[in-house]
Amino acid sequence: MSQVVLFNVFNGLIVGAFYALMALGLSLILNLSGVINFAHGGFLALGAYLAYTLIPYVGFWGALILAPPLTAVLGLVVEWLLIRPLYGKDPLYSLLLTFGLAYIFEDMTRLIWGAQSVPFQVPGWLMTSLSNQYFFLTGYRVFMMIIVAAAVGGLFAVLKYTRLGMRIRAGTRDLDTVSTLGVNVRVLRSLNFGIGIYMAGLAGVLAAGLLGLSPTIGANLIMPSFVAIIVGGLGSLLGTLLGGLMIGVASGLAAVYFPSATEAVIYVMMALVLLVRPRGLLGEEGRLH
Amino acid sequence: MLLFAPFWMNAIGGYTELATRIVVMGLAAMSLNFLLGFTGVLSFGHAAYFGLGAYGTAMAIKYWGIGSIPAIVLGVIIATIAAMIIGALIIKLRGVYFAMVTIAFGQVFYFIAFRWNAVTGGDDGLTGWRRLPINFGFAELDIVQNDRAFYYFALAIFAVCVAAMAVLLNSPFGRSLIAIRENERRARFLGVPIEFHVWLSFVISCLFVSAAGGLYALLNNFIDPRALRVDLSGNLVIMAVLGGMRSFWGPLIGAAIFVALQDYVSSHTENWMSVIGLVFVLVVRFFPRGVLGMLRTGAKA
Repeated sequence: MSQVVLFNVFNGLIVGAFYALMALGLSLILNLSGVINFAHGGFLALGAYLAYTLIPYVGFWGALILAPPLTAVLGLVVEWLLIRPLYGKDPLYSLLLTFGLAYIFEDMTRLIWGAQSVPFQVPGWLMTSLSNQYFFLTGYRVFMMIIVAAAVGGLFAVLKYTRLGMRIRAGTRDLDTVSTLGVNVRVLRSLNFGIGIYMAGLAGVLAAGLLGLSPTIGANLIMPSFVAIIVGGLGSLLGTLLGGLMIGVASGLAAVYFPSATEAVIYVMMALVLLVRPRGLLGEEGRLH
Repeated sequence: MLLFAPFWMNAIGGYTELATRIVVMGLAAMSLNFLLGFTGVLSFGHAAYFGLGAYGTAMAIKYWGIGSIPAIVLGVIIATIAAMIIGALIIKLRGVYFAMVTIAFGQVFYFIAFRWNAVTGGDDGLTGWRRLPINFGFAELDIVQNDRAFYYFALAIFAVCVAAMAVLLNSPFGRSLIAIRENERRARFLGVPIEFHVWLSFVISCLFVSAAGGLYALLNNFIDPRALRVDLSGNLVIMAVLGGMRSFWGPLIGAAIFVALQDYVSSHTENWMSVIGLVFVLVVRFFPRGVLGMLRTGAKA
């Protein structure tokens, strides 16, 4: 029994790591630019399918390295063409636009790569189990956790120590002042968007190895990412990370005790958090309005 | 014009059921706009209440065999109670965050309908029931076989709901909602209880959208979890924006254009999703104030 629980907690952590990776990108864009990027799941799917296409040429490792930045480049183009004119306007418009983009992405993915799910090859040695007793500890899962941890650590390091990161953090608090101080806000927003989409692309490649590829892979992951942001706290990236892991584990545990509530449990958590602490676990007070 | 729709729809290549669908979606979009256009609060999860109204109506007919009108009333009551509870939880949030929480909460009911096979029919939807004729005591309106009769039934409910919304918007309560939309801080200083008003506006909006949901279930004689999904929430918002969210009738026009387009595109190409997505992008980029908003500026200039 305890092994089943442990298995599901571990599984939950992995799923939570996906949610967190995706939610961190969403959160970055939301905090600096006030845009809810509904197409984030579409970018995730794109990253996954790009990797799938690249693998025959550059192998799994090459795809893992190349697909996320390619996704980010496409993200920059979309931001430049479509989203940039909407900054500073009613957030309704950017939400509607990215909502429409999500439709287009899903349809295009289906058109290019087909509606059927396709297998995604990861190196064989990664698929072997590391321990007989804990059969679920496959190399790929552990490897994935390491990559996610490295990506999250890298993101936080960039935000904390580089000039770009400092500007993003400052802009999140007061974009007007940052602009007055001579920072090119347009470039800042674009780079920030690019980083967010890079995270989505990376999440896509990793998710494909675990869940397989289908055009709806991104749409299924985006809702929990919203919940992760709300539970973790508006405006706090650390909160988003925590929120993602928490709801992952919660749905993992629900899968043991109440299988039919696997999805619903995270919304119950969200309701509880909003009831007790509307700004979320680590949210800042001033962000509600 | 709406009164005679079943007659001229056929002439321009439409059909009565399409006209009914426009009336139903028009009611839903106008209800959403009560909150979006006249209170200035963006909900991106109205499909949840639309779907609750629809499921409530369908289940009341299937399991208790009650008449079409009592079934809709029951669906509306269920959805309104859900809106009261969820509204109370989210009322402190504003702007993008409000929108995000409504998106997330919208999915709860989708998963419930999707998972609870025994009661909701799960992914396959709820079948094995049909709308029932309406008995007035002195006469019976056969909305089961006669498409036109059902159209007028839907139109009557539409008229009642729309009239109620118009009265509410012209009351002092409606004026304070517009004050909140224009300047929330000033309204607060004038002594308007903001949270309570926004909550009430949310609940009223959900109440009418669930009536539209009930009609939708009757129209199709079928209901499945897609009526609860975020896609529909987004479609309702784009209908309101496309028609013009600052005007009372705008969302109806938006619904007419959107529903007719969806009907046409989905029967002509497999890639209808891209076309619909493109509509979103084009509306946001080129018609952010909607058809009526454009006409109004045009008239002034």
